[in-house]
Amino acid sequence: MSVSILLITLLSLPLTGALINGLFGKQFPKVVSGSIGTIAVGIAFAVVLGLFGQIHEPVKVNLFQLIHFDGFNINASFLIDQLSIWMALIITGIGTLIHLFSMGYMSHDEGYYKFFTYLNLFIFAMLLLVLGSNYFILFFGWEGVGICSFLLIGFHYSDPIKGVSNSLAARKAFVMNRIGDAGLVFAAFMLLNTFHTLEFDQIAKALHEGTIAGVSLNSALIVGITLCLFLAATGKSAQIPLFTWLPDAMAGPTPVSALIHAATMVTAGIYMVTRSNFLFELAPMAKDIMLYIGMATSLVAAFMALRQNDIKKVLAYSTVSQLGLMVVALGLGAYTVAIFHVTTHAFFKALLFLGSGSVIHGMSDEQDIRMMGGLRKIMPITHLTFLIGTLAIAGFPLLSGFYSKDEIIGHLYAENPVLYGVIMFSIVLTAIYMFRLYFLTFHGNFRGTEHQRSHAHESPLTMTLPLMVLAVLSVFGGLLNLPGLFIHDGAHWLTHYLNGAPGLGLIEHPEASVNSTLLLMGVASGVSIAVLIWGYLNYVKNGSLAKSDDQLQGWELLSANKLYWDEIYNTIFVKPAEHIGTFFNQVIEQKLLTPGIFALASLTDKAGNQVRKLQTGLVSSYLFWMVLGIIMLIVFYLINTISWN
Amino acid sequence: MQASTVNIDFFVILATLLFVIGAFGVMIRRNMIVLLMCIELMLNSVNLLLVAFSTYYGNADAQIFVFFIVVVAAAEATVGLSILILAYRHLRSIDVSIFNKLKG
Amino acid sequence: MIATLITQLLGALAVASAMMVVLSKHPVRSVLYLVVTFFFISGLYIMMNAQFLAIVNIIVYAGAIMVLFLFVLMLLNLNKDAEPKTPTIIWIISTVAGGILFLVIIAALKDIVLVSSKGDMAELSNIGLVENLGTTLFTKFVVPFEISSILFISAMVGAILLAKRDKQVID
Repeated sequence: MSVSILLITLLSLPLTGALINGLFGKQFPKVVSGSIGTIAVGIAFAVVLGLFGQIHEPVKVNLFQLIHFDGFNINASFLIDQLSIWMALIITGIGTLIHLFSMGYMSHDEGYYKFFTYLNLFIFAMLLLVLGSNYFILFFGWEGVGICSFLLIGFHYSDPIKGVSNSLAARKAFVMNRIGDAGLVFAAFMLLNTFHTLEFDQIAKALHEGTIAGVSLNSALIVGITLCLFLAATGKSAQIPLFTWLPDAMAGPTPVSALIHAATMVTAGIYMVTRSNFLFELAPMAKDIMLYIGMATSLVAAFMALRQNDIKKVLAYSTVSQLGLMVVALGLGAYTVAIFHVTTHAFFKALLFLGSGSVIHGMSDEQDIRMMGGLRKIMPITHLTFLIGTLAIAGFPLLSGFYSKDEIIGHLYAENPVLYGVIMFSIVLTAIYMFRLYFLTFHGNFRGTEHQRSHAHESPLTMTLPLMVLAVLSVFGGLLNLPGLFIHDGAHWLTHYLNGAPGLGLIEHPEASVNSTLLLMGVASGVSIAVLIWGYLNYVKNGSLAKSDDQLQGWELLSANKLYWDEIYNTIFVKPAEHIGTFFNQVIEQKLLTPGIFALASLTDKAGNQVRKLQTGLVSSYLFWMVLGIIMLIVFYLINTISWN
Repeated sequence: MQASTVNIDFFVILATLLFVIGAFGVMIRRNMIVLLMCIELMLNSVNLLLVAFSTYYGNADAQIFVFFIVVVAAAEATVGLSILILAYRHLRSIDVSIFNKLKG
Repeated sequence: MIATLITQLLGALAVASAMMVVLSKHPVRSVLYLVVTFFFISGLYIMMNAQFLAIVNIIVYAGAIMVLFLFVLMLLNLNKDAEPKTPTIIWIISTVAGGILFLVIIAALKDIVLVSSKGDMAELSNIGLVENLGTTLFTKFVVPFEISSILFISAMVGAILLAKRDKQVID
């Protein structure tokens, strides 16, 4: 089948699902509307698989023209190449699993059909983002996923207890995303001004030929563009300084956290930077900045996760930390490695979130791990899959996370051994807090209420089936990009596959030596196994528990309070903005503008009152005004036609 | 008599003057009947001008037009005066400034 | 020569009597002055050889309409004191407005060159004679002529209906 037909089918499927559910979903029974949503994404996944088998070279499909100016066009055109197909596979594949999970998880919810509408809409926007062939379509999808994120985080806005805080969290997410979006818009304008086009392939070609003035290695223009793009990425992918929305976004339902804030939306920033690799390669300064910010984010978030007690918050900080790791990879120029980690992270983070959703569901909506414990006997499938996810994220040898992290570490070690040490510290912290989470939740004695104990149950098949699928992927996902150490023919399959995308194939990477690769692998494996043993000894044998809030001191207090980051932002940015807004309302709006407008309106009123007096009811006065009018008409005629000589 | 050498301009000015006097009368007089008469005066000034042009240009249509103006003026005066009588019966005065019910 | 003088004299007298119509305090005198004005205007018509219109003017206007006015005036039986007085300010404004209107119209017509096809009444045209007028009236304008009879009927009916005495009017 032709590529454009497949493309149109792919894009219209989630959109149609969203429209059907949105317009008619209220009348359907819950099973029907859930199935419509899931099947729409499922078929989209099949279409992407079809494209995956068919496309070996980048194909550009131009649908129609959007904007036409002198000198440039912006078209609704889509670039189907290896990178976009790979991202689409992740989106639709994990999307289908999460839709399936939601059918069970949200079954008690009133707004069931709304949920699936928003989810399908999100899939549509995300597909636009990754399939677009220019920055305009990318921006369109970028904004679309921002809106869907807002709608989904604040989904339970009418909840009597938490409704307001849900809405505030949604607003925070949206505003912080917006700050990043300003960066994307600036970058797009600068690109348009310099290259007169927004198409990826045309910009790449122009840079390759070196024909544009003002563009050279580390020139101010390119650094400006790339830093603006990176600002957008920090907004979407939750890096310092725009990361505080992600933990708050856990106020949304768990499938939302799994899909949007683990697997897909937050990886949009990583995707965008990978797409713009030709720009970033010309700006080593921007790449260095990315490297340091990524590392700082990774450390800070890992530190904050150490003493969090909400199961979803720990996973949220873990997401921020892993995103930091991906940004480190981007900063080193290892774009395909970053995409590899995006893939494996999508597998195990979605697994962990869905597993936590299963736990929350089984614990009657309890999210505090201090009230859990000993769940491995009550929820065996959830327990096993959660364990696999934890091991994967901690880098347990031979699981998927191990391979992807190892690639990043390898590149970093080749670059700068000191930074390698810093990242290893962050990885150690990751292992520590993840194992803490696992052991406190599933081992030990049950610490919840009697009501919860009596109701605790394993989740139904619609919820555990996605968990199992994701667990398998988390285990074997590393096979996608095995290092050349283990096999010779299929090594680095993903890297080679992705190198077909524009610009990526041109980047050279130094090949690490066998000895250093083995050494790094050994160190990483040793670290993860050591932390596993420590965790077992500490939490299971010794039975130590999470401290209650008033017992926290020193670094534990800082960690539990997330380094007071939100409070600092509040004082520096939020309060002044509120004051300015209040000032504008009370002083300028109420005292100046509103009376001014009213005065203007009353002017019309007064004028009308005066003109009213012309109607005297007296014929003689009417004739008088008529005479006056005729005089003026004739005078006007005279002035225009009289000759002045 | 020998033919008159009066120019048509004379009649233009004369008609204008009569018209202005009629307008002046409408603006000034408060007596309803005199008001109606001043309107007749204005109509007549127009008649005069029309006949002058008809003579100077040899066109008979203008005089027919005058004829019909007279017809209409007659009908209008009739109806106007009967309305006046009706109004007098109610308001007991012919002062125009009392008829101001349309005042807005 | 004489004709010119007579025309100009008639014009001046017409203006004078028109002024008296407007300015006179007694309403009956206003009516009479208007009749005199009509006579002078008819004189002007005769000087222009519009005989039919001159006679029609006298008979219809001065003879019928003005008599009607006089009847109504007598009917109302007003004396001189009942004449409404206008404030002086109105006099001033109206005079000024009227004067400016006259000047402006004259100024607008100042530069117009009227090309007369017949000269300065050098040949008295025969347009105003009854036969010529009648021919035009009954061939070209016969439809308005017939319709004007309907106009008269409606005016008569309207006048009678309006002036009919109501039963409840306090007299």
